[in-house]
Amino acid sequence: MSNKKNYGMVIDTRVCVACSACVYACKQENNVPEGYCRDWVVQETGGEYPKLTMENRSERCQHCDNAPCVTYCPTRASHYAEDGTVQINRSICTGCKACLAACPYDARFVNPEGFADKCSLCQHRIKQGLETACVSICPTGSLNLVDFNNIDQKTKQLLSGKVVYRQKEHAGTEPNLRWISASNKPGA
Amino acid sequence: MSHGKNFSRRDFIKISSIFLAGSAAMTTATGHAFSGADDKVGDEGSRVVYSFCEHCFWRCGIAAHVRDGKVYKITGSEHHPLSQGKLCPRGTGGTGLLYDPDRLAHPLIRETKGGRQFYRKASWDEAISLVAEKLWNIKEENGPGALAMLNHGYGVSFFKNMLSQIGVNKIAKPSYDLCCGPARQASVLTYGYPSDTPEGFDIKNSKYMMFFGTHFGENMHNTAVQEISDGIRNGAKIVVFDPRFSTLAGKAEHWLPIRPGTDIAMMQGLMHVLITENLYDKSFVEAHTVGFAELRDSVMEMTPEKAAEITEIPADAIRTIAREYAYHAPAAFVHSGRRTNWYGDALQRIRAIHILNALVGNFWMPGGVVAFKKFPLVQPPAAHEHPAYEKEAYSKYPFFPQDEPSNTITSHEIIEDTIAGKIKGLLIYGVNLPETMTLGRDKAIEAMKKAEFVVAVDVLPAEVTGYADVVLPECTYLERYDDLDNGRAFRTPFVALRQPAVPPMYDSRPGNEIAKMITEKWGIHGAFPPSVEKGLDRKLRLVGSSLEEIKKKGVLVMPETDLYRKPGEPLNLKTPSGKVELASAQLKAAGFDAVPKYAPQPEAPAGFYRMLTGRKPMLTFGRTANNRFLGDLATAKENEVWVSDRIAEKHSLQNGEYVRLKNQNGVVSEFPVKVKVTQRIRTDAVYMVHGFGHSSAKLTWAYKRGASHNQLISRTDIDPAMGGVGFQNNFVTFIKEAQA
Repeated sequence: MSNKKNYGMVIDTRVCVACSACVYACKQENNVPEGYCRDWVVQETGGEYPKLTMENRSERCQHCDNAPCVTYCPTRASHYAEDGTVQINRSICTGCKACLAACPYDARFVNPEGFADKCSLCQHRIKQGLETACVSICPTGSLNLVDFNNIDQKTKQLLSGKVVYRQKEHAGTEPNLRWISASNKPGA
Repeated sequence: MSHGKNFSRRDFIKISSIFLAGSAAMTTATGHAFSGADDKVGDEGSRVVYSFCEHCFWRCGIAAHVRDGKVYKITGSEHHPLSQGKLCPRGTGGTGLLYDPDRLAHPLIRETKGGRQFYRKASWDEAISLVAEKLWNIKEENGPGALAMLNHGYGVSFFKNMLSQIGVNKIAKPSYDLCCGPARQASVLTYGYPSDTPEGFDIKNSKYMMFFGTHFGENMHNTAVQEISDGIRNGAKIVVFDPRFSTLAGKAEHWLPIRPGTDIAMMQGLMHVLITENLYDKSFVEAHTVGFAELRDSVMEMTPEKAAEITEIPADAIRTIAREYAYHAPAAFVHSGRRTNWYGDALQRIRAIHILNALVGNFWMPGGVVAFKKFPLVQPPAAHEHPAYEKEAYSKYPFFPQDEPSNTITSHEIIEDTIAGKIKGLLIYGVNLPETMTLGRDKAIEAMKKAEFVVAVDVLPAEVTGYADVVLPECTYLERYDDLDNGRAFRTPFVALRQPAVPPMYDSRPGNEIAKMITEKWGIHGAFPPSVEKGLDRKLRLVGSSLEEIKKKGVLVMPETDLYRKPGEPLNLKTPSGKVELASAQLKAAGFDAVPKYAPQPEAPAGFYRMLTGRKPMLTFGRTANNRFLGDLATAKENEVWVSDRIAEKHSLQNGEYVRLKNQNGVVSEFPVKVKVTQRIRTDAVYMVHGFGHSSAKLTWAYKRGASHNQLISRTDIDPAMGGVGFQNNFVTFIKEAQA
């Protein structure tokens, strides 16, 4: 047990159907302006007809342990919060876009009001003991909020025996989104 | 008055924007403005109103979050069995409908001056008086059979009650004919009881699920998607027969890109293997079914090799799937799906599905076919004796239901009868008829033009409202009470409440008030309770609850029921034999095949491709077409025509380019549509999502986005037994934009 939290997500792509409920829930929860979103879905198909494969993913800021956006932020607006998430202090963000260029996951945009914006992992909800808006709404249960410093039994079981990956590990960002690959056979 | 061939008394009117809500400068942004570092998020100072959704027929429980008099967020109700705290994208999108700047704001009446037709704003009293008078006069002059209602949506019960007061009971739901109807009647004929929503499959306990064409995941039927996900986590295998690599096919152990129109041959081939390899459940078949010998004889010639020739799925695959299915039975099923009617043979196609289920003995077994129960709501004593007409069915189709007073005729019969002049007055509730799959757009418009009087009750200026004599603006489901919902059967039977989260905006009114106002104009009093709240409270008190109680959670839930049969117990089904009817003596007596038999569908003309349709997960056709909140995502903004990479090459089509589609009758799509070049579809078919390509400029978001699937339906195939309509015998080719 660690007293220090390090929140992230385990995303089970075996069940995700790319319906985008997570995106709409986030837009309402966080009042994301029209034309923008903090999370998004990817439907990726591979193979040759008729041997096709598919992976659906609900993507967002990866709340990296070694986050380039934090490193390259000239004003320290992008910072690590105590709960392990990466947050933006809007009052000191100048909207210079250095973080947008630095992020290997393309997770950020400039809010029309002039500051960098992205997934906050619903920090305001986590503080109240709630799950994120996207986790709460997801009909498939693909999204799981996890404290990686204290991985619970359910998550351990979910991850056990499966192909699990992180995106762009070579970038050294230590991302806190872990993906259960859709290539896992049923019941793996 | 003449009803000659070229007679049209009604031109389409574009509703002037001064009668719409837009002048109030609404946006769909539901919250507050950002103010620098102060990102006001969270639910402080808000209240939650529990109700149920109206964005699709599933009717999930919702929690509407209200602050400062505005709904700023909609989440899944944690109390409602169908949502269990979760919600699909469409459910969240209620705000996009509620705050749609295009909403109808005032009652409108059609006027003609100097040969020009236009709408003028009217008071409710004036509009209601006119509707009451016109409907009454048609009834007096021609009898109640000259009036009919087409409906879609849960507010209709009040209009049904209203019409029954003057003896009108010609009521149709287009959705019934193309979606749930064939499944309902196939279930009645095979099991002796109608199918329900959610469909009777024990998904979460299943080990092997087979789907034909139905595409859960794109069809966001919340509860089913939740349970399929549970199944995947628990190791269930999924098998999908679909000409297109759907999202569900992407989850499948086996995706079989079946030739469109050949499902029944595949099902017969699977039955052949189950029977000839002795894989079927002999003891169940002997004890609980009738007609096995007839079924066996009928599939003897459909060897896997023969089925392979027809379906273009290898014989080995057919054998493998039949064996795996039998191995996992009884925790295995073939799902009957939704939007079942493709070729006018859906009754038999779904019968074949039920037979495949019965053969492996999964009936009322864990992981197989189950019969969910409904909440037993007591109906209050009627204010009047139900006259005989309420028990009549008007459909000429022998297996159209005879026992549903809210569904007495097919929608295409109403359209045909209106064109023929037999029906003179139409009440259209929540159906955007020109864009609804009935007999195609042209016939729908012809019917509305021929009718003596058309009244449309709607929320938005959908195309249908342009053909009405009177347009009555209903408020949205987030602004009104409707009848209690005990129409959904599930593991835990429940009754749900629809209640207003906010008061009606503009000059819109709830359906319950509109129907009551019209009825009272006829001088009929007491047909409705003094208030909708009192009526709901009265019904709830009969089951020991109250409106006050149900308002708190939006739902009353019963304990879980036992879904499974016990060994040795007879089933006592309500079929004529009391058993599962593999061969149907009822169908045979009426001159139809007692067991399902494959019959070939027409082939595409050279250079044309069969037009398949479906939906996007965030949209429900007309209900969401103009929803800016849901339309905000790039994937939601327009429909695309999916074209196989090999066909794209043949027609020199590039991914992302815009083309017009032309069907076999020469109908060219009004608007161009984007080409999606993909490996995810067969070479003999194209696919496009229904519900785009709106031609009403007053739907300022939906207008001209993508192409209308409905416009390209020139041929329909009507099920001779139950009257449902299929429309997949339409074929399209491409016209490059420069040539269009």
